[in-house]
Amino acid sequence: MVGAGGIGCELLKTLALSGFEDIHIIDMDTIEVSNLNRQFLFRQSHVGQSKAKVARDAVLRFRPHISITSYHANVKDPDFNVDFFKQFNVVLNGLDNLDARRHVNRLCLASDVPLVESGTTGFLGQVTVHVKGKTECYECQPKPTPKTYPVCTITSTPSKFVHCIVWAKDLLFAKLFGDKNQENDLNARSSNAASSSQQAEDVFERQNDEGIDEYAKRIYDHVFGYNIGVALSNEETWKNRNRPKPLYSRDVFPEEPSQQNGNMDKNCATDDPLSVSAMASLGLKNPQDIWSLLENSRIFLEALKLFFGKREKEIGNLSFDKDDQLAVEFVTAAANIRAASFGIPLHSLFEAKGIAGNIVHAVATTNAVIAGLIVIEAIKVLQRDANNYRMTYCLEHPSRKMLLMPVEPFEPNKSCYVCSETPLLLEVNTHRSKLRDFVEKIVKAKLGMNCPLIMHGPALLYEVGDDLDKDMAANYAANLEKVLSELPSPVTGGTMLTVEDLQQEFTCNINIKHREEFDEEKEPDGMLLSGWTQAPRVEKDDNKTVGNGGSSTSNASSAMPVEAEEDDDIEFVPTGKKRKVGEISKATNPNLSDVADDDVLVMLDGENLDINKKKKLQ
Amino acid sequence: MDGEELTEQETALYDRQIRVWGVDAQRRLSKAHILVSGMKGTVVEFCKNIVLAGVGSLTLVDSREVTEEALSANFLIPPDENVYSGKTLAELCCDSLKDFNPMVRVSVEKGDISSFGGDFYDRFDVVVISSCSFATKKLINEKCRKVSKRIAFYTVDCRDSCGEIYVDLQNYTYSKHLRPGSSGKGFGWVYGRKFTYLLEHYCIGDVLKGLPGKSWGYGKELDFPKKLDETDECQLQYPSFEEAVTIPWRALPKKVTKLYLAMRVIERFEEAEGRNPGEISIADLPGVLKLKKELCEAQSFNESHVPDALLERLVSDTSEFPPVCAILGGILGQEVIKAISGKGDP
Repeated sequence: MVGAGGIGCELLKTLALSGFEDIHIIDMDTIEVSNLNRQFLFRQSHVGQSKAKVARDAVLRFRPHISITSYHANVKDPDFNVDFFKQFNVVLNGLDNLDARRHVNRLCLASDVPLVESGTTGFLGQVTVHVKGKTECYECQPKPTPKTYPVCTITSTPSKFVHCIVWAKDLLFAKLFGDKNQENDLNARSSNAASSSQQAEDVFERQNDEGIDEYAKRIYDHVFGYNIGVALSNEETWKNRNRPKPLYSRDVFPEEPSQQNGNMDKNCATDDPLSVSAMASLGLKNPQDIWSLLENSRIFLEALKLFFGKREKEIGNLSFDKDDQLAVEFVTAAANIRAASFGIPLHSLFEAKGIAGNIVHAVATTNAVIAGLIVIEAIKVLQRDANNYRMTYCLEHPSRKMLLMPVEPFEPNKSCYVCSETPLLLEVNTHRSKLRDFVEKIVKAKLGMNCPLIMHGPALLYEVGDDLDKDMAANYAANLEKVLSELPSPVTGGTMLTVEDLQQEFTCNINIKHREEFDEEKEPDGMLLSGWTQAPRVEKDDNKTVGNGGSSTSNASSAMPVEAEEDDDIEFVPTGKKRKVGEISKATNPNLSDVADDDVLVMLDGENLDINKKKKLQ
Repeated sequence: MDGEELTEQETALYDRQIRVWGVDAQRRLSKAHILVSGMKGTVVEFCKNIVLAGVGSLTLVDSREVTEEALSANFLIPPDENVYSGKTLAELCCDSLKDFNPMVRVSVEKGDISSFGGDFYDRFDVVVISSCSFATKKLINEKCRKVSKRIAFYTVDCRDSCGEIYVDLQNYTYSKHLRPGSSGKGFGWVYGRKFTYLLEHYCIGDVLKGLPGKSWGYGKELDFPKKLDETDECQLQYPSFEEAVTIPWRALPKKVTKLYLAMRVIERFEEAEGRNPGEISIADLPGVLKLKKELCEAQSFNESHVPDALLERLVSDTSEFPPVCAILGGILGQEVIKAISGKGDP
């Protein structure tokens, strides 16, 4: 089992009750309070401890004689290699991110061990079966990647609240409290700016003798007032859009400076930095309330002050953490003020936290149902009952009286680059793009390899490893900085590169095609990979640069559109051209004839289900 | 709407589920009182789910002693004689369930469920019974219906990998969607297409509702909704347990699952033979098939609609299959939560 969280707890319990006696479980996380509403093997007293270990102990209490081996580790660790996976008859996933799922998928293919995948979000869930050579692998069908937004939408023309959140979190918060050396688009403009970059830098730095109140107001006025004013000066941008309103503190706050100071005493009581809160300071108790512009502005200033007043040491090293109350308050307030400026509806802290933290809503019941289904499929896999493997989808409301919808798995996708080893095509300017760009943006990001090895014929251009000798390491470092056409073994149009991840035992061939020009907006990376069936969910401008998701974005539901934004109409259904694994007929399957008769019994209709047609961009 | 806020502790603990059903529903849950009888695998799963959900109180009834079978699908009871000896199933489950959520009051009511008087049921909002005879189910359903405030009544039974949940919400008004509708992170699934599917050969509990006999406000077959933002008020009228199970089979909707019919045959058989529920074996198969024939003939109902193979399966293995307990217990849990919150199609 990979994962000892929401699905994992239910799954381990059900496996144990169903008679499984040798279970290994991997999970890198520790227990948090918000887990306890559904991860029932854990108690309040376990907060902070390893999920895998505590789950194991809890289950042994009612099944003392079975063997459970727990690993408090990341499944991507090199220890969990093909030999490790080969020990098992079946692998069951209860993960919450796409990255790890892809990794496990490859290892299961390499070790030829069947994989049962699953995911849940709220009332929705699904279970899918993947057997090498017989069914699709997990990556045969494109999976929705975390939503990303064009930079200009975030920096200049937000139209949804989530844009404001991303601005507040990834730009403003990062600029004020994060690593100063990081590139930051906060002052980026869609047109040419007059100010020099040096000047822009100084704005956010607190001056030596600057009082905290002064500093806070200055920042407020700069980002909500001045910057908006500058943006408005570019007429072109606003021709077809609603103009934002610049907001200055002198206009927002009533003329009572003394009342604006929050009660810092409330925060003096404890030295614990994590319990410092602007809400507490200002007496705003309910996270479900939607604050007014004035209240949001108060929170903004108060939070800023508290960071500098009580948590100064952390400034410069902070990254947004959804469990950091003050950070959440700051981001909520900042996002709301920006939203007010742009005429976007404001949101409560509760809602903002969910968006900023990519929180997956979850209940115990769905996980219990999915776990039951996983065990049922696992048993079929062990019995090699291939005709009865099912992908099962758990709906919120029954459709045609079916709450759980079983679908037969499809045959492997012949153009899947993972399990069918189809070569890919990369269009790139070989005189401009460096090897480093290729490694980071293509091999790691798009292809999901962790520890890649890149070869051009017999020449090894790059590899990752702990035991590289100094000369080789230096050679690779040098290669990274070279443009492709100037590598020791030059990469030009017509070249074929072989990319491998030894741990995943996954190889991919990439044909290179030279291209001079790339669209800066649409292809900002200057590279285009095709023959690769991933379907990015991108808004409007097709520009993938700023995302809301972190590395642990949950990607619960793979084949179902779990998060449908208001205007999206993305349908995610299997492509009809494929064939089923094993056709069902009454003659060959006696069990089915019990129920067949007049009950609804129809095969999945392929005609209307074409994934490529369905994506509707705004 | 009461003005009581959730405590900080509740907000932290229930954060993830509040994001699913909203603060209002969570508040209602915390005031709900549930009665459960018959602590077998499926019911145990159900109890876990609603305790985690944060109901006000849970009262357990089951004065049976621990047996091998009782332990087989029950993760609440440690298989240690030193621990379980001398205690009833209800007592043992109670001890464990308390741990899952200290904010829920879990207690045991001693005695036989069929002996409790009508006013006993007064204090409950939801009653779930299992592992009891047809007569007992009928009796308790009647008592619940007599109570002036509405009690949501459920029975659940699981045999092998088949199961059945019966729902009686009497006269029930609810708002159609459970989700707190909010702009921003709108949650809803969008399926523009009807697609057909394959029926599993294992029957995953069919919820009995929509049976003719009384007038229905809800007759429309659920289509794939495009957007889940509206909150229409809907009303349903449920038949009593007795009415529901005595509907002539010919009058049932065409697509009723065969499992429903098979369960009715088994139910009648156990009743006629004076058996405890589940006290049946493969040796009884001839008797069961004979009864099926008689029942079908009496109703002029085509015998082949109740497959012999299915009946054989149901009498051969009466112990519960843990994955199905999890599935049924999960579905039942969700139904009860919807009924308490008054949101979401039952």
